[in-house]
Amino acid sequence: MGDLAQKKAMDRFMSLLFTAGAAGSAILLFAFILDVVGQGLGALTSDILLSLRDMFFNTLYLVFLALVISALWGIPAGIYLAEYAQDGKLTNWVRMAVETLSSLPSIVVGLFGYLVFIVMTRSQWNLMAGALSVSILTLPLMVSVTENALKDLPPEYTLGSLGLGASKWQTIWNVLLPACLPRIMTGLILAAGRGFGEAAALMFTAGMSTDIDWGNWDLSSTTCPLNPFRPGETLALHVWVMRTEALSPDAAKIAGVTSAILMLVVVLFNVLARYISWRLEKKMEGTADE
Amino acid sequence: MSEQGNGPVSPETLVFDVQHLDLFYGKHQALKDINMQVKRNEITALIGPSGCGKSTLLKTLNRMNDWVSGCRVEGKILFEGKDIFKEVDPLALRYRVGMVFQQPSPFPKSIFDNVAYGPRVQGITNKAQLAEVVEKSLRQAAIWDELKDRLDKSALGLSGGQQQRLCIARTLAAQPSVILMDEPTSALDPISTQKIEDLALELKKDYTIVIVTHNMQQASRISDKTAFFYLGELVEMNDTETLFTNPSEPRTESYITGRFG
Repeated sequence: MGDLAQKKAMDRFMSLLFTAGAAGSAILLFAFILDVVGQGLGALTSDILLSLRDMFFNTLYLVFLALVISALWGIPAGIYLAEYAQDGKLTNWVRMAVETLSSLPSIVVGLFGYLVFIVMTRSQWNLMAGALSVSILTLPLMVSVTENALKDLPPEYTLGSLGLGASKWQTIWNVLLPACLPRIMTGLILAAGRGFGEAAALMFTAGMSTDIDWGNWDLSSTTCPLNPFRPGETLALHVWVMRTEALSPDAAKIAGVTSAILMLVVVLFNVLARYISWRLEKKMEGTADE
Repeated sequence: MSEQGNGPVSPETLVFDVQHLDLFYGKHQALKDINMQVKRNEITALIGPSGCGKSTLLKTLNRMNDWVSGCRVEGKILFEGKDIFKEVDPLALRYRVGMVFQQPSPFPKSIFDNVAYGPRVQGITNKAQLAEVVEKSLRQAAIWDELKDRLDKSALGLSGGQQQRLCIARTLAAQPSVILMDEPTSALDPISTQKIEDLALELKKDYTIVIVTHNMQQASRISDKTAFFYLGELVEMNDTETLFTNPSEPRTESYITGRFG
């Protein structure tokens, strides 16, 4: 009987421990958001808000460019590893290279980006160089998410499609990729999070200044908002600049507001992308319309 | 090797002619010197214990083994007189020889898109034409009345039995002349199984069916010819009734009377 009581007590204790771990993580996030957003809103003035408009736009634009690049590059690589690669040395090498890429320090990638995308091309700081650097950081994620999503699909999808006379490409494009879409979307959210928060890789690539003329829509001009080959400081970088180099007496306040906005953008983006991914999944399972 | 059912088969009614087929997975020989013929508008059942090679043979008939690494084939399979390994493109072969799998496996798409998949990969884009093929195929699979009001809903919301009939409709829509069925009812309940069996009997008027089954009652209920496989060999093939009532091989008799399996 004593054994049984002890067993049950242990069981309760462990359940509590696991619950505490999960609850703790959630509380940490909420406390963090409340603190950062609270501080930011406390210091909020319309002047500061207006001064952040361009960085806000730069951040979204840079993340968008980086996602497009890493999706166009990483998804095909993931498809290769999941559907084409034979087990063997070469495949292991490719997989190891991708894994190694994922553990590169972002400051090193930033320096690499500086050398290749700025020095070698003899350009000034620009958003595209920043987006390329960030996409190097997010590439391994996109590759592994795509590979794993494809590998986890039931083999009957592939067999069913090939059995109907579809080619391999038709199978991948019409059946496998759509079935993986919710998980690839999740991968993109994680990649975007990396892009939103990245500062080190952008310091030497996207540049620490921004000058946008919202009336200028001549794409070749360096003040046109949509020209990706112009300097484009992002919110995350702005926080770093304000906290280290800025001379303005308001620098700490500006950094606080910037952090709060960045945080809100990330949270909103996550919620939105998860909602879209959830809708996609429901649509496939056939329960979305009730 | 015992003699074939009822004498020589005329070329017009001969769909598959398997000649001295050996199949290897790496060093393991999964099929040994298989010789058999499949006739038009008949149901041919392949039976035998697990690992006897019956599913392997079925998958070889439309070259679904092509992607299995280490799989090697010797010998010939003639489909309507042409060697499927040399004279027929595998994609074109699969247009003519469709397959239904053990696990009902509709794609995560709408019911309509599932059935229209085969015609679409063959290049048909005309909407009216697709709609016509979809309706005809669902009717042939005896599932039109159940599904006609929900063609735009996901196929994953259907029951297992419905999913399997949908998969049969999907196969029919690609307009094959032969349907290969790999234990199509082993994941289904008795009522759904009955429906699939009735369907197979109906379909043999227009199609040739080769079915792998673990269920000997099923083979005796629906098939015209039965082939018994054991350890990679075709032990005996005959008219279903003869094979079950008067097998000529002791191994066949042991298996059908349940002495091993």
